[in-house]
Amino acid sequence: MSTPACLALDHTAVPWLFAAAAVTIAPHFLHQPIWLSAFAGLMLFWGGWLWWQNQRLPGRWLLALLVVAGCAGIFLEFRTLFGREAGVAMLVMFMAMKLLEVKSQRDAMVVVTLGYFLLLTHFFNSQSIPTGLWLLAALWIVTSTLVRLHGGPASTLRATLRYAAVLSAQAIPFMLVLYVLFPRINGPLWGLPQDAHSGKTGLSETMSPGSISSLAQNGDIAFRVRFEGEIPAKGKLYWRGPVMENFDGTSWRPFPGRQAAEHLELIAPPISYETTLEAHNQRWLLALDAPVNLPPEIALNGELTAAARQPISTRQRFRLSASLDYRFNAAEDPAVLRRNLALPAGRNPLARQLANSWRASEPTPGAIIQKALALFANEFFYTLRPPLLGGNSVDEFLFQTKRGFCEHYAAAFVVLMRNAGIPARVVGGYQGGERNPVDGYLVVRQSDAHAWAEVWLEGRGWVRVDPTAAVSPARIETGILDALSEGEPLPALIQVRSEWLRTLRHRWEAVNNAWNQQILGYDPQRQRELLSRLGLPDTDWRSLATVLGIACSLLLAIVTAWTLYQKPRHDPATRLWHKALRQLARRQENCAPWETPLALAHRVQRERPELAAPFNRIVVAYLQARYGKNNNDLKTLRAAIAQFP
Amino acid sequence: MGIVATLQQKLFRWQSDGTAPLRLGQRRIFIIPTRGGLLFALALVVMLLGAINYTLALGHALVFLLAGLGIIGMVHTFRNLYGLIITPGRSEPVFTGEMAHFQLTLGNDRPSARLALELEAENGQTVIVAVNPQENAKISLPVSARKRGWLALPRVRLATRYPLGLFVAWSYLQPAMRCLVYPQPINSPLPAPSSTTTSGERSGDGGQEDFAGFRERQPADSPRHVAWKASARDAGERPLLVKQFAGGAQVEMQLDWALTDPAQALESRLSLLAGWVLAAEAAGCSYGLRLPGQEILPNAGDAHQRRCLEALALFQA
Repeated sequence: MSTPACLALDHTAVPWLFAAAAVTIAPHFLHQPIWLSAFAGLMLFWGGWLWWQNQRLPGRWLLALLVVAGCAGIFLEFRTLFGREAGVAMLVMFMAMKLLEVKSQRDAMVVVTLGYFLLLTHFFNSQSIPTGLWLLAALWIVTSTLVRLHGGPASTLRATLRYAAVLSAQAIPFMLVLYVLFPRINGPLWGLPQDAHSGKTGLSETMSPGSISSLAQNGDIAFRVRFEGEIPAKGKLYWRGPVMENFDGTSWRPFPGRQAAEHLELIAPPISYETTLEAHNQRWLLALDAPVNLPPEIALNGELTAAARQPISTRQRFRLSASLDYRFNAAEDPAVLRRNLALPAGRNPLARQLANSWRASEPTPGAIIQKALALFANEFFYTLRPPLLGGNSVDEFLFQTKRGFCEHYAAAFVVLMRNAGIPARVVGGYQGGERNPVDGYLVVRQSDAHAWAEVWLEGRGWVRVDPTAAVSPARIETGILDALSEGEPLPALIQVRSEWLRTLRHRWEAVNNAWNQQILGYDPQRQRELLSRLGLPDTDWRSLATVLGIACSLLLAIVTAWTLYQKPRHDPATRLWHKALRQLARRQENCAPWETPLALAHRVQRERPELAAPFNRIVVAYLQARYGKNNNDLKTLRAAIAQFP
Repeated sequence: MGIVATLQQKLFRWQSDGTAPLRLGQRRIFIIPTRGGLLFALALVVMLLGAINYTLALGHALVFLLAGLGIIGMVHTFRNLYGLIITPGRSEPVFTGEMAHFQLTLGNDRPSARLALELEAENGQTVIVAVNPQENAKISLPVSARKRGWLALPRVRLATRYPLGLFVAWSYLQPAMRCLVYPQPINSPLPAPSSTTTSGERSGDGGQEDFAGFRERQPADSPRHVAWKASARDAGERPLLVKQFAGGAQVEMQLDWALTDPAQALESRLSLLAGWVLAAEAAGCSYGLRLPGQEILPNAGDAHQRRCLEALALFQA
């Protein structure tokens, strides 16, 4: 046989290939370097123009030159040709270039397969519902291309799109069965390239003036929490991130060395919750203060921060508990205390003077703390747009500008405390959150990012002091929206004050959350849970494979029966006519394939005169019903058939 | 059909005579993945590994959907052949060295079209056809006629990759069809006429020089001789008219086996005779054919020519 795979490509099928390439490449333009998007767009446009003009495709050498140029560009951009980002860029380029050399059916198959492959790469950037829908549409177009390629010109636009939709719809049951039953493995299978999870936003490990206020302008969700009981009061929701002890005059950093042992004493009973963290590429879990009863894969460090072993590079779920009232390290290591009294030499002399005066006048550390909080409460202003600060940032903030965001207050407070001889440190994290009334989840956004202070008091250990609460009690009690005045650069999403828009947003976020939890969050653990609920406890991959095989075979049998054994659909008149013929056949008179109804009637007249009259009535009624205009003729036909002896 | 006969038909694929319409059942259809299908499967495996490695939940979903699409594509490729009705048709005689064309009718009684059916009776001679819903499509399968005599339709491969091209389904058909193959004619001068008659004695037997009037057309008359203009005057009420010629010398000749060179091979001698038959018919002669064991009396016209060529095609020494 000839190999139709080598057949020359049908000219009119080429636009389908361009459509498939366009829908699979286009979303990548959002993430690829501009020059590459322009290059790919230009190649597509060129190929399209050549097709339109019915001109020859460019020669081998020119194409090779373009490929080399493209690869060189990608190498310069990403410093590699491998890895995730560069790999995707290469695929985009190859897809655009392949269309300049599509000559045979086999080339077209390569384009389509590449198209399916490119669909997968979009999920590196987003797995949201809109992405899913867009890719479903793109899948439809690519599948239509496949149908058109093999159906030839007889496959019209409408029929092609329709058939591709039918095929995709019939594939969905298989997808569902495989999704639920295919044995899930926890990735990664091999080491991820360095760039696997780049560009994630979130709290960073260092704090300097402006670092949190810039994060607060981001409305993205940082994590979602579902409490098993009531959600505690907002003022108690401190989600602990990095603890920063080292201060160099401008920035705060965590102490880099190993931590001392911790001793946590619970006062309030622990409450349980489940948190779903968005990827932030840091190890800390942002657990509610103070984390207790942690799962084995989570470690608590000497500063009460719960951290995973690996940076959290994908959305992950954790089951945690917290005690809202606790006593931490009442007997602290003297080295830690010394570390938390250190200040850069020669910086912020005015703050030192102020603290020294408090130390002289006030008898207890508690009174000094009150003094500092009172200072903030009276003269300071809480804003996302503080003036810029110079070298002695704390002095300038305390005595000149008096405007700042939480990181300014936390930093200034800790500097004052350390000057007054009270061990103190800065804690970064999130504060508060918003309850979504639709699904009951507490949603914590980047805009809830916060910094507060911790002081160590004799006999009580580390005690949280939030100077922001003194400046702006509303920030802690109700949230950032009420704490800031109008016109602050908060994200538009947060600023919505209209009730129904807010409801709409809650709905959308609840849908997204359900999508994240149920669909994207379907991992080996969820699979085990679901299967044991379905009556298949303790499944290993072998039993899963068996169940999967049975389910797929069943589905295949159903689909095959459905598609193959469709009876040809006849119009009612023809159906009745066939019934009449069957009746006639019972009387040993068969209608030959070439016989028209009238010819048959003549023959019956000749051969079986006793049947002639009733059969003639049937023939006349059938011809009327089949070819006449009156719809009532069916009744006549039915009556005639009923009267047939 | 009785129960036993039905069973035999179903179980052993017995065919009554090979000329009846054949409906393709599942036992006659084979299916395997194409090269494109294997490429697709390979891509799916790589995609699945990628989805697992990067924990892409929607990546899993996409791979599973595509796997489902592949399975569905297999069913639909099979379905494109399943239930197709093949009815053998006729074939016109050809000369050796030409292409014989076997007509087949493909019937589709389903409410959906069957596209891209590839039929092939001989290597490299693929016919691609689409059959609309509840319609028939007539195709003619080319087979090169290499030998004089009856040419049986070889095994026909009916294949399709529609709709997705990931699988190829095929079936082998062997309808009992044959085509007559005449000997390959050799151009050579006609032998001397055996007798010449005048126009007065024999008129209307194919002379083409002088117009002598009309007569009603008979099936044996060539369409070239139909007087279309004259026939059109009384459109369709009367049979077509044929121009009748008379005059000129009416040549009669015997195309005799004995006239050919006995040193030549049998096939060459038959080819020579075939060439003479064509030349004599073209020249408007009246000619007869004499072969060992049979004789065709002199005559002219398409039917006579066919008869002579048939005798040559089927001649057994």
